Amino acid sequence: MRSRRILITGLSSFWGGRLAQGLERDPEIETIIGVDSQDPNRELERTEFVRVGTQHALIRRIVRAAEIDTVIDARMTVDSLAAAPRVAHENNVIGTMNILTACSGPDSPVKKFVFKSSAHYYGCEQDDPAFFTEEMARPRPARTPIERDIVEAEAAVAEFAERNDDKVVTILRFANGLGPDLRTSHMALFTLPVVPTILGFDPRYQFIHEEDIVGCLEYVVRHDLPGVLNGAGDGVLALSEVLDLLGRPSLPLLPPWGTGLAVSALGRVGVRIPPEMQAQLRFGRGLDNRRLKAAGYHYRFTTREAVQATAEHLRLRPLLRAGDGGNYRYEHEVEEFLRRSPSVRNAGQERGWRAPVDQVEELRRALGAARDVPDPTGAPESKGAGALSAYDSLASEELIALLDSLEPDDLRALRRHEQSSRRRAVVLAAIERYLERQGAVD
Amino acid sequence: MRRGAVLGVADIAKPRYQALHLPGERLPGNVGPVASSIPTDSPRALAPAQLPDDLRPYLSGVESDRQVSDWGRSERIEGALDQTVVEFLYRYWFRVQVEGIENVPSRGGALLVSNHSGALPPDAPMIAAALQREHPRPRKLHLTMEHFFKGYPGFAMLLPKLGGVPAHPANVHRLLFDEGQLVLVFPEGRKGTEKLYKDRYRLRRFGRGGFVEAAMRARAPLVPIAVVGAEEAAPIFAHVPLLQRLTGLTYFPLTPTFPWFGVLGMLGYLPARLHLRFLEPVATDRWGERPWEDRGLVQTVAQEIRELIQENVLEMVAGRESVWLG
Repeated sequence: MRSRRILITGLSSFWGGRLAQGLERDPEIETIIGVDSQDPNRELERTEFVRVGTQHALIRRIVRAAEIDTVIDARMTVDSLAAAPRVAHENNVIGTMNILTACSGPDSPVKKFVFKSSAHYYGCEQDDPAFFTEEMARPRPARTPIERDIVEAEAAVAEFAERNDDKVVTILRFANGLGPDLRTSHMALFTLPVVPTILGFDPRYQFIHEEDIVGCLEYVVRHDLPGVLNGAGDGVLALSEVLDLLGRPSLPLLPPWGTGLAVSALGRVGVRIPPEMQAQLRFGRGLDNRRLKAAGYHYRFTTREAVQATAEHLRLRPLLRAGDGGNYRYEHEVEEFLRRSPSVRNAGQERGWRAPVDQVEELRRALGAARDVPDPTGAPESKGAGALSAYDSLASEELIALLDSLEPDDLRALRRHEQSSRRRAVVLAAIERYLERQGAVD
Repeated sequence: MRRGAVLGVADIAKPRYQALHLPGERLPGNVGPVASSIPTDSPRALAPAQLPDDLRPYLSGVESDRQVSDWGRSERIEGALDQTVVEFLYRYWFRVQVEGIENVPSRGGALLVSNHSGALPPDAPMIAAALQREHPRPRKLHLTMEHFFKGYPGFAMLLPKLGGVPAHPANVHRLLFDEGQLVLVFPEGRKGTEKLYKDRYRLRRFGRGGFVEAAMRARAPLVPIAVVGAEEAAPIFAHVPLLQRLTGLTYFPLTPTFPWFGVLGMLGYLPARLHLRFLEPVATDRWGERPWEDRGLVQTVAQEIRELIQENVLEMVAGRESVWLG
């Protein structure tokens, strides 16, 4: 089934916004509508935002009026620090039921439903298998509020799938997300001056890079994969390995017995460790991610690479604090103007940059010069390469921010240069992505 | 603390999952997932996406920079221990004598089954050491351990680094079938290690045959091993149930050195000579498509393997001239 008219719930979450940005580039997709109770925090070109909670009557009207064929439910709260338990429950369980109600009914135009869930579905217990596969259920009933919510919400989705066997229903269960733009309780833990661990335990951890979360969601929108799929980067690391890669010192501050008491004591001094994280710090968790790979998805980051990318970001953070992508503010009237006014001629180019224009120009010039050199490998001392080497000192994040405004030829030149100089995997991967997006893979 | 878990490497735990096939779910061929299922009292769940049953080509690649495996096994820590303590015990303390090491296949998965005994059993590390030292193609061995250890501080950190894997059927299946590794199980489990000195060399019941089922599902051969000497190396004279409850340990034995010399007394092995005999592998792929569904067959195979090991143990004890120099 080809999705043409898409509704994204949770547009203001990181993945909701990024997914919308990704789908916007596909000309075959006619309409993207995003709903959320908060303003979007990412700049969107043609996605239409409707501020609405999870009231099913309202969403139902939007779904019918816009003839939505694909709903992506990216609204789940899977981190108990993100919302109070009652609010999270309202959103996770009642919200899911409402969205499902809005999509069901004999005259519903919806053909595909994608549900973003979490590996907290499986929990963390002593007698867990080392790698959870999709058909495994948790060995014991859920203990923490968030886990209970997730199990309950998934049950509602499964029931919906059973009753609507003409619809493609996909659940994605993601491992803990990690990346520069994500604010999770694990990220908060890893940025403490000293990371507290439980004495005598070194749990196994698996992460998924934020780009891959978006990538997986986009992949299941483009391919019909009914059923449950795990989303997690390749490789499972020991916590000690993770902290080594991050370069964070750790201290076994939490005693193995009476951990709860110690956690609440730490809570007093501002270090909050939610209950589901406590279980992970003790027993760890691994997912079997092979099913999604067998379906054709290629992960861009392994767990280790996701941790390394985060480490790079953490080292840069003190320097980049100002321009953390947070300077976008949603202004309803402006967005309406850009989308509706007959005066707007090239709305697509109104997107603000994060990169200064003169810097882009300079990079283009340098790349142009580099391209004119006949043998790219032969003469590193040539003028073009000399000008380009100024960019080697640029942090990979800054360089990536410039990529968006480059033509395929320039991108190729930059790739050649990067391959012969610093060979940063993150930069190379980003160049590949941009080339792919512009349909210019060679 | 869960009572009655085992100090020692254990039999594969009873599957907590009950097989239940959802409507529309393709029945897996002979390579089906072990824990394919949902507990009957669990909330409704969506079936997994339909994809090829054999996911072996999609295993994670090896990241050469890493020294720790996805199971948490650390080459560095294992190597350091192997060259020091294990080497000393293997060469000079137990003077391990090995027979029939060629019965362990050089490639592919195989499930090693051994008798089990001693307070802190030295048999598992010595079998692993023998495979590293004597086998024509040295192979790593994964040791199944009780889930108890995953929850006990210290053990939880150390054992996985040395190749310990919780004895979950899904773990054993992944190792044997998907990764083609060697796995060691002790079907006697706790009943073997708790045994008092006076009961030495009398094998206990072989669980519920979970190990046979695991090997059948993975189509991996079973390699029985008879171990003699471990009973004298770490004999148990009595148990102190009260102290066991107080410490939360699996059991609290009285041995020649424990608890008299503190916790380290657990490592106070007597220098009995250790004999390992690897027996001919038993193929498990000759009983048709889904042999594990035949409970009778599973029990019979388990029983026969137990008798085979018992026979060999008695033969080895009879032929031994001295416990210490033997």
